Amino acid sequence: MATISLQVNGRQYSLEVSPDTPLLWALRDLIGLTGTKYGCGQGLCGCCTVHLAGKAARSCITPVSAVGDRPVTTIEGLSRDGLHRVQEAWIAEDVPQCGYCQPGQIMSAAALLADQPEPSDPDIDAAMEGNLCRCGTYDRVRRAIHRAAGEERS
Amino acid sequence: MKDIVKLRRRDFLKLGSLAGGGLILGVSLPQQMLEAAEGEAFQPNVFIQIDPENWVTVCVHKSEMGQGIRTALPMIVADELDADWNRIKVTQADAHPDKYGSQMTVGSRSIRGGAWMTLRRAGASAREMLVAAAAARWQVPPDQCRTENSKVIHAPTGREATYGELAKAASQLPLPDEPRLKDPAEFRFIGKSMHQVDTPDRVQGKATFGLDVRVPGMLFATAVHCPVFGGSVESFDASRTREVPGVKEVVQLSQGVAVVAEHTWAALRGAQLLDVTWNHGGFSMSSSDISAHFREVAETEGAVARKEGDVEAALGSAAGRLEAVYEVPYLAHATMEPMNCTAHVLADRCEIWVPTQNPQGVQSTAARLTGLGIDRVTVHVTFLGCGLGRRSRTDFVQDAVEASMKTGAPVQMVWTREEDMQHDFYRPATYTRFQGGLDAEGKLEALKVRVVAPPFGGEGPGGVNRNSVDGVANLPYQIPHLLVDYCRPNVPVPVGYWRSVGPSQNAFVIESFVDELAHAAKRDPFEFRRELLASEPRLRHVLEVAAQRSGWGKPLPEGRARGIGLVINKGGYVAQVAEVSLRDGRPWVEKVTCAADCGRIINPDTAQAQIVGSIAYGLTAVLHGEISIEGGRVRQSNFHDYPLLSIAEMPEVEVVLVESTEEPGGVGEPGVPPIAPAVTNALFALTGTRIRKLPLSNAAFPANAGKAVATAGSH
Repeated sequence: MATISLQVNGRQYSLEVSPDTPLLWALRDLIGLTGTKYGCGQGLCGCCTVHLAGKAARSCITPVSAVGDRPVTTIEGLSRDGLHRVQEAWIAEDVPQCGYCQPGQIMSAAALLADQPEPSDPDIDAAMEGNLCRCGTYDRVRRAIHRAAGEERS
Repeated sequence: MKDIVKLRRRDFLKLGSLAGGGLILGVSLPQQMLEAAEGEAFQPNVFIQIDPENWVTVCVHKSEMGQGIRTALPMIVADELDADWNRIKVTQADAHPDKYGSQMTVGSRSIRGGAWMTLRRAGASAREMLVAAAAARWQVPPDQCRTENSKVIHAPTGREATYGELAKAASQLPLPDEPRLKDPAEFRFIGKSMHQVDTPDRVQGKATFGLDVRVPGMLFATAVHCPVFGGSVESFDASRTREVPGVKEVVQLSQGVAVVAEHTWAALRGAQLLDVTWNHGGFSMSSSDISAHFREVAETEGAVARKEGDVEAALGSAAGRLEAVYEVPYLAHATMEPMNCTAHVLADRCEIWVPTQNPQGVQSTAARLTGLGIDRVTVHVTFLGCGLGRRSRTDFVQDAVEASMKTGAPVQMVWTREEDMQHDFYRPATYTRFQGGLDAEGKLEALKVRVVAPPFGGEGPGGVNRNSVDGVANLPYQIPHLLVDYCRPNVPVPVGYWRSVGPSQNAFVIESFVDELAHAAKRDPFEFRRELLASEPRLRHVLEVAAQRSGWGKPLPEGRARGIGLVINKGGYVAQVAEVSLRDGRPWVEKVTCAADCGRIINPDTAQAQIVGSIAYGLTAVLHGEISIEGGRVRQSNFHDYPLLSIAEMPEVEVVLVESTEEPGGVGEPGVPPIAPAVTNALFALTGTRIRKLPLSNAAFPANAGKAVATAGSH
């Protein structure tokens, strides 16, 4: 057991945990932020995607001991004020079906747009390939990312 | 519009006024209405509640797993009620043995098959009562009043009253015998694309799935099960598990061993360190053994599922004969949210929170395990991180209930992805043998089909398993001499309902073999099919639309080809044309054109999403899907060896929803079956290689494939 300090969505947390605890379970079970989802536990599906210092990261394979002083952002903290433009685009396109993978999709999309304000379809495919959706919402994910980028396509 | 449901007065039950003076209506489904008529015991199905604050609350009794039912059912009610959509609340029904009729959410049956007309009548009936209350208040004839946006308006004087203001008076009035239903031209919501009511919560991480349930004092658990089907726990050593910080208890369950901890990671870590000695039982087959067993069983006598004409004679005299064998593998559901359930068992009651397609099955399972009466078991239905048929089972509920019984605490039980994948009720592997006969003009005269498939679900007459032959025995083509029979293998791999069920494999085998026959007859596969569909005009029409929209018959760039697949499934008529290529020798789906007639559509945007999603689901199966068995256990364990379609593999999809005034059909499933044959038929057109065994990841294509012009290269 160790004392681990985490900064999550702008708040400071101090956790008494085993250092190998994946960030996912610290967020969900210890801090109480359940928006980040468990899908595979191996970094294969992207349901658990959060931002570490603004970069998309798979929280299910990120031990809390590896987070360091990088601020953590989860779906709950994506926007400090109302909805993030990616969330707004997701609503406009009604992207989710069951919705389970969508927090991860949105976190990956937000990180992509922060890096590449106007991504092409191949850019989107490359950035989002690790975010699986069993409902098959990929066409709307693409549309919503383009919408959020401000280039609504016909 | 066919009035399939005749509501009688006693079929409605007024439950009286709300505490604040509101109106509640209960409505029952047709099946329950018949029971009500015979036994005089009323069983309401859906509740409409109108409160004095002018909110209309619709209680949804089916499970939301992405099919948009929490939007579509309230749309139907709101339309006939003339309710203000911005004043609608949606609540999720807890399980009840009979209050709502069946809550099982399967078979694309949430709207079709009853709820559609029942909910319309419920809305219309409430509306008439509200109008009657307003007319009485104003002392005017009811026919001078109209309704809009949850208000009654007296046209001549312009007086208005909200439904909330009228609810109490309306609740005192008799129920109308025959409420007037809208003419479809008057629909305001039905047939219009409406946003999903749950999207805002879903995009903010606020939607509560099963794993998001938090109960005071709750412990977190996981379970391990014998990797070999039919095995059991011999003994276990938990000494290393108990050393993991946070692990509270290790308990044996009837299906395995549970590690119960203060948080999920401790349970998962503890489970990794658990040393279980399994009694593997007697099952040790591998996929190749199963395939050989199917071949043996195919030589035994089949149970006849359908017989037309004299197939043997017709095959004997056929001008051209063709034979082929098709095989498909077991498939896992792989819902994104792994199986889970939260249970709290107390001495005199039990409370459960669970993502389930089968709330009543959960309730009876918990009652059986705890010995409590059904009325002492409360089941709350959360959002489902996909259902796909897997969540109609209750094996994971049993783990949660037993873990709570053994620890005395509320327990959230989650299976790892690996446990989920290796302990599923799989889409069955099947073996299908065809013999087809063509006459001198190249017309399909005779077809003989033998289906070998592990059985599940309802038994048909004469030992035919209905799910196994669904899509074959009822194939849409008119064939003068047809024999479909069924042989029953015996393999203890658990099988069950998988989105679209029997046709998920049977549309593949039928549509592939029909394609083979078309090519053997040197006919265009579109024309060949079209001619055989005289008795299925709705299917023929969607085939024509799909062909036209996809540019069937028009030249494609070199290296591309098209293929067709179609199906009638769950009340939907669907045809798809896939356009494929090879990229680095691997099959690549470039584009899919889909035409669907699903009857009257409630929410077209949802239907579009469901059909596009069905194509993605079917593409995972045709491209990658395979659960293989080795030594009695499943080889695959996670998404590295059971890959799902990724966004990069998602083709451009065009869905044409054919306008229809027929009764609503299913939209969640019929889009799945046609894509596999559409893709493999296109690959044949491209490469000349006929795919008779899925998935495509196991198929090899010649190095020059795709460059040579295939026999039907023009389309």
